[in-house]
Amino acid sequence: MSVSKDEYSNLAKRFSPGSPVFVDCVKAFAVGGLICSFAELLTFLFSKTSMTLEEVKALVLVIVIAITAILTGFGVFDKIAKHAGAGTAVPITGFANSIVSPAMEFHSEGLILGTAANMFKLAGPVIVFGCGSAVLYGLIVFVFKLY
Amino acid sequence: MELFLALCKAFLVGGLICVIGQLLVDLTKLTPGKVLVLFVVCGVLLGAVGLYEPLAKWAGAGATLPLTGFGYNLAKGTKEAVAEKGLLGVLDGPLASASVGIMAAVVSGLVVSVFARPKGK
Repeated sequence: MSVSKDEYSNLAKRFSPGSPVFVDCVKAFAVGGLICSFAELLTFLFSKTSMTLEEVKALVLVIVIAITAILTGFGVFDKIAKHAGAGTAVPITGFANSIVSPAMEFHSEGLILGTAANMFKLAGPVIVFGCGSAVLYGLIVFVFKLY
Repeated sequence: MELFLALCKAFLVGGLICVIGQLLVDLTKLTPGKVLVLFVVCGVLLGAVGLYEPLAKWAGAGATLPLTGFGYNLAKGTKEAVAEKGLLGVLDGPLASASVGIMAAVVSGLVVSVFARPKGK
């Protein structure tokens, strides 16, 4: 890949410390990392109890999602998300927020056509494409007997 | 000490996956929604070829909590369902393996929507 002088200085500027992209990435790294290590800490604590690993993982997931929902309800999540960008969007917190936030926002349009109809506006594509590709993979596993 | 190391691994891997997402949002024309879809599909793909499993073992929640981990979980659950139920597992596996996450979000969404009002922006 050849890069002209102008392009190079442009790229250098975008990635140098203090540039918007660099700052965004540092914030995303810090917040995303904190969320994941918090979940890891919960996993560690619960694994000391008599719960099975499967139960521990499910419980941690539910706790993280519930905290996200509560913070979204109080309007705190959006404030954090504005700074953290992908740091809150990429972990499961982003998925939970994408369901809770429209559920809240469209409540004024009624429970059925407001809340329920808009809940999956953002999460829907994730589920459709995720499950869709999983079905494809399942077919491959079945046909070629990969299990 | 063992706990500290596990937390560091989760921080490092979870943080880096988020940085990849941030770079995609900042440097390409992809909207955050598209990046999330891309991440889930990548997770399924990496899970299918067996690359995500070692990462999930090494980084724990750092690999399983991001949406790529959601995808990996879909692939893993589907494979197990096919092994157990054959062709039926192809349709039964995906949603079943994601059900806890989806239902927790739906139920909490319903509860919050009843009690909380959106803040004026």
